[in-house]
Amino acid sequence: MSVSIPAPRSQRIDPKYKRGPKSHGSFEKLAWLFMRLSGVVLIVLIFGHLFTNLMVGEGISGIGFGFVAGKWASPLWQFWDLALLWLAMLHGANGVRTVINDYAEKHATRAWLKGILYVATIFIIVLGSLVIFTFDPCVTGSQLQQCL
Amino acid sequence: MSTELPEPPSKIELKPGVGGGGEIPSFDITLRVRRFLPEATADAYWEDFKLTMYGTDRVLDALHKVKWEHDGSLSFRRSCAHGVCGSDAMRINGRNRLACKTLLKDLDTSKPITVEAIKGLPLEKDLIVDMEPFFQSYREIMPFLISKGHEPTKERYQSAEDHAKFDDTTKCILCAACTSSCPVFWTDGQYFGPAAIVNAHRFIFDSRDDAGDMRLEILNDKEGVWRCRTTFNCSEACPRGIQVTKAIAEVKQAILSRTV
Ligand code: HEM
Ligand code: SF4
Ligand code: FES
Repeated sequence: MSVSIPAPRSQRIDPKYKRGPKSHGSFEKLAWLFMRLSGVVLIVLIFGHLFTNLMVGEGISGIGFGFVAGKWASPLWQFWDLALLWLAMLHGANGVRTVINDYAEKHATRAWLKGILYVATIFIIVLGSLVIFTFDPCVTGSQLQQCL
Repeated sequence: MSTELPEPPSKIELKPGVGGGGEIPSFDITLRVRRFLPEATADAYWEDFKLTMYGTDRVLDALHKVKWEHDGSLSFRRSCAHGVCGSDAMRINGRNRLACKTLLKDLDTSKPITVEAIKGLPLEKDLIVDMEPFFQSYREIMPFLISKGHEPTKERYQSAEDHAKFDDTTKCILCAACTSSCPVFWTDGQYFGPAAIVNAHRFIFDSRDDAGDMRLEILNDKEGVWRCRTTFNCSEACPRGIQVTKAIAEVKQAILSRTV
């Protein structure tokens, strides 16, 4: 008696046995540390920012062009806002980089998403820094005290 | 010839009607198994089995009943059937569990009980996955004692306090429930995964071992401990109750305090 058994249809499933080449340096370690350290500093910067803008003086109704101009006349607030800009952007960008690494499955998708992320991050950091340092409250028609 | 044996001291007189264990309650369940038969179809599909099971039965007993009485083609791994060998980790009602340690009566038997293969490893058939990528990571962290100097003539002494540092991580049975519950591992399978880190922890914090720095360097990789997002899925999944996320955090701390 002979039995004929059909040949198996299954092929070897492509197993991703091999991890990519070993990474050099400790970038991921530093990124991990940066997230925690910048997070602690951001707590102070963000709540300080919210408090002075919303709780002190006239509160939210006092916020306007003049309010911002007044704040940026002081080097303290220039520094505060600059630190907030850089830390929040780098912290947020690195966080989104992690999210992309965790969720994008294809190499090309990852590369594209991260490329867009880096360009956007650099653009906002550069633009924001320029605004803080080159800000001129005396636009034409300004009614502010120091421009008259 | 007859010798009168003394009555064993452990003998207890039972009142009539006591003992025998009584009737074990039985109930009907629907076992919904994710089937994949590469010989027959290209895609995986769900198949329901209606079974009458007993209060002492586990998910593994239900799988046995299917395989032995309903459909012999159902494939799954199991060996010890008592939570020791680590072969039967699977997704039961969406959570990674050992089939041999999950009592049916602890699940909601009014709804179908779903059973699937663990995620993130290549599916071979039904509940069987290719474990090779998992063991590859395990091998990479060098899960064996590496000691410098001469072999001691006596035991390698270790105090109880020193042992306590890694006692928890010695309990691993390499079932892969943790690694295959980790969403970071699901994405591309490149992450070393909780199990490899747990087993590295077992030697890194062993006072008799001298290769802790090498293992820390291996796990300082971009696919190493820093990919952990502290989701706690691994700790929730571990059938040995190992504090997996805590072990990973301790390895992170060790890398930081040794190399910063
Ligand atoms: C209140 C101050 C903040 C603290 C204490 C903080 C802390 C943290 C920490 C520790 C992480 C790392 C989580 C991990 O590694 O798993 C993280 C992730 C992240 N943070 Fe922040 N952060 C703060 C503010 C911000 C701000 C202002 C932004 C947006 C610009 C932001 C965006 C993100 C993103 C996108 C992630 C990644 C999410 C993830 O990994 O799941 N954070 N944050
Ligand atoms: S740590 Fe727990 S869940 Fe992970 S492989 Fe070991 S025994 Fe299984
Ligand atoms: S069969 Fe051995 S652990 Fe379940």
